[in-house]
Amino acid sequence: MREATLFEFLQLVIGGVSIGCIYALVALGFVLIYKATEVVNFAQGELMMLGAFLAYTFISILGWNYWVGAGAAIVCMFFAGNLIDRIFLRPVLGQPQFSIVMVTIGFGYMARSAAGMVPGWGTETHAISTPFSSEGMQLLPETMGSLVISQTDLSVIVATIIFCAALYAFFTHTRLGVAMQASSQNQLASYYMGIPVKSVFSMIWGISAAVAAAAGILLAPTTLIDTSMGFIGLKAFPAAVLGGFGSIPGAVVGGLIIGIIETLAGFYLPPGFKNVAAYVVLLIVLVVRPQGLFGQKTGKRV
Amino acid sequence: MSLFKAENLAVNFGGVKAVDGVNFEIEQGQCFTIIGPNGAGKTTIFNLISRIYDSTEGKMTFGGQDITTVPPHAIASLGIARTFQNIELFEHASVLQNLLVGRHCHSKTGLFSELAFLPPVRRAELAHREKVEEVIDFLDLQHYRDSLIMNLPYGVRKVVELGRALCTKPKLILLDEPSSGLNVEETQDMAFWIDDIKKDLGITVLMVEHDMGLVSEVSDQVLVLNYGRMLAYGSPQEVQNDPEVIKAYLGE
Amino acid sequence: MRFLFKTDYDQDIRLAKHSGYYWSYGILLVVVFGAPFLLEGYYIGQMTQLYIMAIAGVGLMLLAGYTGLVSLGHAAFFGIGAYTEAVLTGNGVPLPFLDEPVVFSFFLSIPLAAVFAAIAGVVIGVPVLRLTGIYLAIATFAFAIVIEEVLSRWESVTNGYSGLIVEPLYLGDVELSDGSAFYFLCLGVLLVVILMSLNLLRSPTGRAMMAIRDSEISAQSMGVNLARTKTTAFALSAGITGLAGALFAHKLGFLSPESFTVLQSIELLILVVVGGIGSIHGAIFGAIFVLALPQGLAILKDYLPVEIAETPGMEPFIFGLILVLVIIFEPYGIYGRWLKVKHYFQMFPVYKKATFKRQKAYMKSERLK
Repeated sequence: MREATLFEFLQLVIGGVSIGCIYALVALGFVLIYKATEVVNFAQGELMMLGAFLAYTFISILGWNYWVGAGAAIVCMFFAGNLIDRIFLRPVLGQPQFSIVMVTIGFGYMARSAAGMVPGWGTETHAISTPFSSEGMQLLPETMGSLVISQTDLSVIVATIIFCAALYAFFTHTRLGVAMQASSQNQLASYYMGIPVKSVFSMIWGISAAVAAAAGILLAPTTLIDTSMGFIGLKAFPAAVLGGFGSIPGAVVGGLIIGIIETLAGFYLPPGFKNVAAYVVLLIVLVVRPQGLFGQKTGKRV
Repeated sequence: MSLFKAENLAVNFGGVKAVDGVNFEIEQGQCFTIIGPNGAGKTTIFNLISRIYDSTEGKMTFGGQDITTVPPHAIASLGIARTFQNIELFEHASVLQNLLVGRHCHSKTGLFSELAFLPPVRRAELAHREKVEEVIDFLDLQHYRDSLIMNLPYGVRKVVELGRALCTKPKLILLDEPSSGLNVEETQDMAFWIDDIKKDLGITVLMVEHDMGLVSEVSDQVLVLNYGRMLAYGSPQEVQNDPEVIKAYLGE
Repeated sequence: MRFLFKTDYDQDIRLAKHSGYYWSYGILLVVVFGAPFLLEGYYIGQMTQLYIMAIAGVGLMLLAGYTGLVSLGHAAFFGIGAYTEAVLTGNGVPLPFLDEPVVFSFFLSIPLAAVFAAIAGVVIGVPVLRLTGIYLAIATFAFAIVIEEVLSRWESVTNGYSGLIVEPLYLGDVELSDGSAFYFLCLGVLLVVILMSLNLLRSPTGRAMMAIRDSEISAQSMGVNLARTKTTAFALSAGITGLAGALFAHKLGFLSPESFTVLQSIELLILVVVGGIGSIHGAIFGAIFVLALPQGLAILKDYLPVEIAETPGMEPFIFGLILVLVIIFEPYGIYGRWLKVKHYFQMFPVYKKATFKRQKAYMKSERLK
């Protein structure tokens, strides 16, 4: 009996990790933008939604191969992210942080309703046919108990690992990556050093949008695609804060923790707690340790 | 008895000793200057006195009272006011409003009477305004009364910040690099004002300054810091001739 | 161009700075008090709605515009005010030491709704005092989501998603919660709230709030108790928003948690930003914008081709677009533009554009080093 409870728990954790990976990817997008430009992007979820819709267009409407369609969606979103920065963010560069946040909120509104107006997308829900089955694979021999993971969940986890590794390599080993880190630390000094800060910011937005698109495509089999799917992006706030907001590994760990806590709360606690668990954790973190798990404690210098 | 006394003051930031075993005393009516190379811990001492940082060790007394652990907002009403190295004014407010904030530690009106703006609040406001006008007269800020800080040139902001500190009616005023960013005439004005603050208003001055001309013109006592430690302590002339000080500034 | 010769310190304290104020605001008062006698019921209802939004806007403006604490969760205080009002004036509240459940009269219930919201403001305000900027916004956002869930799950009090009917108010035989009577009630509350806010802003606490907005560290050195002032700002802001919520409950007549979601919080913030951050005028202009936009679009629809007019989701799109455009081109919102237009006519014909020219700014890091 005790084993059954244990396996039930582990099974929930696996589900939690899978959804946590999605949160992690969205939080990663936030953190990338925040680290470089100090903008908190409230439209990250909308970027994810747009990415998912693009993938749906390529794969289900145009009938492309899944991998080609997903890749094309990610690339398209990279350019879209670039463009969003140029059109919406560049004119407000240098204004107070709060104004810029409001711009992203405004963009979120526009993206949501624009997606609803595109013919073929509309306000209904859609599904993408994926090569992954939702059937479970046994992780353990039958004699020990039942612990399964679906291909869908596995694909999410594997893709998250690949993305994180790729981003890590990018930021530490490429010229552009180092330039991005530099401009995130001191904008003016980077200008002086000849880094084209504005283009770097656009690149960051592009990468962030691409990561968001990947998250959207991975999430599609689990929640289906609709215009309000972007609200999942709001769940990535707790993840990002938990990880310390400026820390890329922190965002990933934070996402996983939030995913697991949410799944467990949904199972063990009365209804209603699943929706708020992530935010309760967020509030506790902010009160107890505002710098998050991986952030550094800071104070203003005078 | 001295007005302010720091005994064995020390503060660590994650293993770095920013200030280490500093002792000094400021007499009533003096102008006391702290000098030292960049990163010597001068501003850190200011931040310790205005209680923005907690000291790791040591004790500070002001007018006989131990102020090592008083909350930072209580410092102003005890009679210590300060300016900042990189001007910290209220950018979106007028000069008048900035100066009135300097009167905050003297305001005793309650929230509910303020919401209704009862006659006592109005009377208190008029009284504050009179005090503020004295400072405006003292510093010749009449022209700028209603201008917003963000529209003012750097030199004027520096004066406004000095004025805001004066509005608290302090016994001790801390000036963090009063002449930085000022041109020659403005620095000269600043020197006159510091002298007036000391002589006419009877306020004790503690300042951090790099301009040695200004330092020797107005200060009575100089403390030299290097790497958080005391290097020399004495009158401006003594300090300037101290071999240790020359070594710290010019190298060997 | 008017030149003011100041002969008395009181001239800087007075709300009416010169005789022009009596004329312009006097006429405005006559118009708003005369409106119910001239307009149809529908417009009276809309204007009542406008006043309620404006009250909430002033509440948020005190916090976001004057204290610099951005709240993304004001719908929670709005909701707490609304539900408190509905429960207190509803079927009666069982109180200790009293045999029968008590039904509160609106004299008590509306202030109590504000007090409850203010208490909620302190409850969220105190723990997050150390937070600034975006962290604070996210904390209030999380708080609002938790409150939304409480409103929908605490069925014994709020009746959950089935909704709660709000009983009408009576003063003698006159129904207060409808028509012109309700119009005057909301207008009265709005005027009192505006007056109190203006009073606050010209006294030490209000100046301390603005000081905190511009530089916490020097405010503290000038003797401003950061914790106390921020808590006061939170409580006042939440209380005023709760007051608006209480009136809103009667306006709706039926409460459901869906009226108090995150989107509502964001709409309030948009109201403040589009109206003009950092001015009480801005809150009023913002409320007009938020209410007039759907109306304007509805009128515009008649003139547009059917394909565009019939597209669902046009309204949020325009809403978002205007928000973005305002921030890019007019950071001080409608009120900022109003000032420029006024200035243009005052200075005519020697107006120069450079008066309001913004300096090119590099990003000032709000990240603490």
